[in-house]
Amino acid sequence: MRKLHQIATACAISAIMLSGTVLAQAAAPKEETGKDIAFNLSKGNCLACHGMPTVPDAESTGTYGPPLIAMSARYPDKAKLRAQIWDATVANPSTSMIPFGKHGVLTEAEIDKVTDFVYGL
Amino acid sequence: MKQKNILKLLAGMAGLGIALGAATVHASPEQDQQDLIKYFTTKYPNVKLEDYVYGALAFDPDSKAQYDAIMEFPPFDSQIEEGRKMWETPFKNGKTYADCMPNGGKQIAGNYPMFDEAKGKVVTLENVVNDCRVANGEAPFKLSDPKTIGVLSAYMRTLSDGMIMNIKVQSPKAMAAYEDGKKTFYSRKGQRNFACASCHMQNAGNRLRSELVSPVVGQAVHWPGFFIGGDTLVTLQNQYSFCFTMVLRAVPPAEDSTTMNNLEYFHSAMSNGLPMKASVFRR
Ligand code: HEC
Ligand code: HEC
Repeated sequence: MRKLHQIATACAISAIMLSGTVLAQAAAPKEETGKDIAFNLSKGNCLACHGMPTVPDAESTGTYGPPLIAMSARYPDKAKLRAQIWDATVANPSTSMIPFGKHGVLTEAEIDKVTDFVYGL
Repeated sequence: MKQKNILKLLAGMAGLGIALGAATVHASPEQDQQDLIKYFTTKYPNVKLEDYVYGALAFDPDSKAQYDAIMEFPPFDSQIEEGRKMWETPFKNGKTYADCMPNGGKQIAGNYPMFDEAKGKVVTLENVVNDCRVANGEAPFKLSDPKTIGVLSAYMRTLSDGMIMNIKVQSPKAMAAYEDGKKTFYSRKGQRNFACASCHMQNAGNRLRSELVSPVVGQAVHWPGFFIGGDTLVTLQNQYSFCFTMVLRAVPPAEDSTTMNNLEYFHSAMSNGLPMKASVFRR
């Protein structure tokens, strides 16, 4: 296990998917915004898979999912957007997106905040 | 490498796969591999199949050029050299590893993992090393130890460079082990609900953050890898454990467990027809 950890800490993937808990806790402001949660490696980590072309500091983003842009036009019904984030397997059973609500990766309150943030993109 | 031969071999297997596929309930390994190849080559018509042995580098010419430069003077050469010394040092009884391996240990790595009908289970090349030690009165190595069996197998595998991966699944019991490995690869696990296939099938060639993700086809031919500046030895099963832990956030099965060995069996069969290469540098 210790060896694995050593590999993990130095390996490229860890930077993408490894929880940034320690850092995040030290640096996190008291009240996290939807953007904070979406960017946080150990929470939403949406940037691992999605570009956000209208957000200047969304850098080195992944390409698993479509860029999140013009969301309120594409999701006039905000509840649908929230449902996609809560459990993407409903719309697409073979999706590679994490079911953030269903699997408890984010709390309901965190999902509300992320939804508001994404809705504004 | 004679690339035309590889392609011919793969094309030949496609025909075979279709013939078998019609007769068996489960898809044959040949058919499974052809389905994957079709999926990847349709999505990325410009990436040549024989370049899949380079993993994610096949999708990124700049990184591939860097890799080629580093591989001219591999930073892990001294470890391979240590492995060579171990390989050549006789056991206390005077015999050597070469004495107790098929073909003196040369051009065999592409046959492993192999389903051992007598034992009724999958054996990896590392298992063969340990069996050899035990048969000669030596203690077996701890299978995940990079300092002993790690460097030894890294050297051993250089004796099979260029050999074509040739995993055979020939009996009902072997098929069951293969199916078990395939199930591990395709089933979703852990809090993030990923399967290995979520990344290395569905999203091969995509970026996860800035990291390009490699396709399953071609992944099994180049182990161990030397990571982090080229001097940290990572075996194939170390890498499985890593992806289980870090990306699936699931508890990995123990290395050398039936689950891991069956996964390696399936996973290696998906690289059938491609040339072996020990070892490679990874960032
Ligand atoms: C591991 C990959 C991954 C992560 C992490 C991820 N997504 Fe996704 N997402 C996808 C994929 C792939 C799709 C494409 C549709 C599908 O397959 O479900 C998608 C689709 C979407 C869609 C629908 C887009 C559209 O155009 O209809 C939204 C909205 C979305 N994701 C939001 C998010 C948010 C918000 C987060 C972070 C809290 C997030 N995603 C994290 C992979 C991911
Ligand atoms: C969420 C994404 C993700 C999942 C799920 C995942 N991996 Fe990986 N894997 C990666 C990334 C990123 C890398 C490093 C880049 C690369 O080479 O693909 C990697 C690397 C690898 C490599 C090394 C490739 C090479 O040539 O160096 C192997 C082998 C591998 N993974 C096997 C697995 C197995 C087996 C599973 C399931 C237990 C799995 N992966 C699940 C993202 C993932």
